[in-house]
Amino acid sequence: MAEQIKIKKAGSIKRSRFLKHFLTYLYLVILAVIIIYPLLITTMTAFKRSDVVAFTLDFSGPWTLNNFKELFTNTLYGTWYGNTLVISIFTMIIQVAVITLAGYTYSRYNFVGKKWSLTFFLVVQMVPTMAALTAYYVLGMLLGGLDHDWFLTLIYIGGGIPMNTWLMKGYFDTVPYDFDESAKLDGAGNFTIFWKIVMPLVKPMIAVQALWAFMGPFGDYMTARYLLREESNLTVAVGLQEFISDPKDQQVALFAAGAILIALPICALFFFLQRYFVTGLTAGGAKG
Amino acid sequence: MEKLDPKKNMWLSLLPGLGQFKNGQKAKGCIFLGIFLLFVIEMIVFGAGALKGLVTLGTVAGRDHSMFLMVRGTLQVLLTVIFVIFYGANLLDAKHTAEKINQGKDIPKTFKELGQSIVEGGFPYLLTFPAYILMIFTIILPVFVTLLMAFTNYDFNHIPPASLISWIGLQNFHDMFMLSSYRATFNAVFGWTVIWTLCASTLQIVLGVFTAVVANQDFIKGKKIFGIIFLLPWAVPAFVTIMSFSNIFNDSAGAINVQVIPFLNHFLPVNIPQISWMTDPFWTKVALIMIQGWLGFPYIYVLVTGILQSISQDLYEAATIDGATSLQKFNHITLPAILGVAAPTFVTQYTFNFNNFSIIYLFNNGGPGDVGGGAGNSDILISWIYKLTTGTTPQYGLASAVTLIISAIVICVSLAVFKKTRAFEMD
Repeated sequence: MAEQIKIKKAGSIKRSRFLKHFLTYLYLVILAVIIIYPLLITTMTAFKRSDVVAFTLDFSGPWTLNNFKELFTNTLYGTWYGNTLVISIFTMIIQVAVITLAGYTYSRYNFVGKKWSLTFFLVVQMVPTMAALTAYYVLGMLLGGLDHDWFLTLIYIGGGIPMNTWLMKGYFDTVPYDFDESAKLDGAGNFTIFWKIVMPLVKPMIAVQALWAFMGPFGDYMTARYLLREESNLTVAVGLQEFISDPKDQQVALFAAGAILIALPICALFFFLQRYFVTGLTAGGAKG
Repeated sequence: MEKLDPKKNMWLSLLPGLGQFKNGQKAKGCIFLGIFLLFVIEMIVFGAGALKGLVTLGTVAGRDHSMFLMVRGTLQVLLTVIFVIFYGANLLDAKHTAEKINQGKDIPKTFKELGQSIVEGGFPYLLTFPAYILMIFTIILPVFVTLLMAFTNYDFNHIPPASLISWIGLQNFHDMFMLSSYRATFNAVFGWTVIWTLCASTLQIVLGVFTAVVANQDFIKGKKIFGIIFLLPWAVPAFVTIMSFSNIFNDSAGAINVQVIPFLNHFLPVNIPQISWMTDPFWTKVALIMIQGWLGFPYIYVLVTGILQSISQDLYEAATIDGATSLQKFNHITLPAILGVAAPTFVTQYTFNFNNFSIIYLFNNGGPGDVGGGAGNSDILISWIYKLTTGTTPQYGLASAVTLIISAIVICVSLAVFKKTRAFEMD
């Protein structure tokens, strides 16, 4: 009798474990489908004939590469892509350089006004700067920067500085000071300590920051739409939207092809740097 | 050696440089006096006019550009503030250096010595200098100009240089809250902004945490594949997916109405009718919240996964021995660990969505329909600002007033969180 109960109990444990496993996998698979489905639709539409109207998952052909050809011959897509790349690369290089220097300084040096200016960074970082659109417009008009890449680049660089300086400082703080001190005892100067000792240890965070700075201009629609006027000066986010902005004449296939060409390289970069993310995130998150 | 009087030196430095001369620092004295003279000359040649322009905003329409005058004036105010800080530092320097000399400490006197001490002591300032210059021009100046603009009548009737702009005090705020048409719009937009922020952010956080906890169970095979798939929404630039979704939710040709709903109807006992995602305000809002959940959960998922992997297994084993249920383990071990690290990040999700322009504007243009004042049914404050400053009848002053309200809200929330975060660190 006791034996029977035991078996029954074991059976119910087994059953409940099976149920748990089943539900877990069911959830994960459904979520995976929900994620892949829209991405797959866009991907497939890119290879459909350009007169396709429906935006659905449809495995029946015919397949073609015409959309990509069309993009680079009959639209300004190539120019937009080039503009965005130039802005992104300059934003990335300058912003990473500036915030690395500032973050290092705030982590390693004591100087008059340090606490004060750190608080200043913190408050400035909370201001939603993109809402100051009109001010940027007037400033651009005054400086002759409207419709120019350099002006937009400056705005992207500046906007990210306060927040990212904080994140960099937080990450520099995780590198023990003992390293600096022993290097100093060995006669290393300021620059050597910075470049040879500390920098290699913060590479993950720099990689993450570089990626974010690079992706920023690709993802921004609002500022670019507002400050750029000439068709040939647009960034790719603004340009791409024009393919589908007219409800009566949506070129979904062309849009999809353009979307893929943006998403692929950024995705690749993202997954390439992904291993750094968790460390960067938790270190930054803990510090706020 | 004769003793210096620090107080007297400070008084001398009311004319910058004099106190430093008295301290025997000829080089520093020259530089300080030079800066002072430069500022005085700048003030006479340019500054006084700029400040006056800021007050009048121009007197002759067609000749004076009110907005340029405002920007120049603001820049002059910033410059003056920086000078005042320098001036204060100069006073303190004269006093402190005299005290140092009295204590018999070495101080740099010649240009060469000064140069050396700047290289040593000024290193931090040199390294942060680019950050400050960039911030002044791309953040501080625009923010102050926006602040000032909120108190002017800058709109489609007053476009410089053809016509002048003037100060109108709190009129814009008065219009916003007292004028029935704008008040109705503001209330409608603000109400939806709050609902949107709460629902979308909470959805992405709950989804992210839940998925991380579920996907982190030991028995799961193919964790890596799931991990890559769950990262995709984050890896693909958001504007690309939002535009794709706006096609997918298209009423007549989109995949949801054409494919997903018929597919679900095969399995469900009830028949779901086609839904007007793009033309019915309610369904647009539902779609927006779902899409933001889709877009935003991977970030939380990655963060929480990292935290989960850092929790010691011993804790769970000990809890199991003590007979704790899964739910108890989650509530008493997992959740506190997650919140301890990720709580600030969670709150930033709310402030982010509060100003999440892209999804609102790119999905359905803030539409459908119209709630007055140029705003559509799914417009949030930030996209309303955008519409107020574009279109055929721009209202820059009013838009700036809304910007101020937004900024005040975001800053208050962030400050409250920061205080909490500090508390976390103190523990």
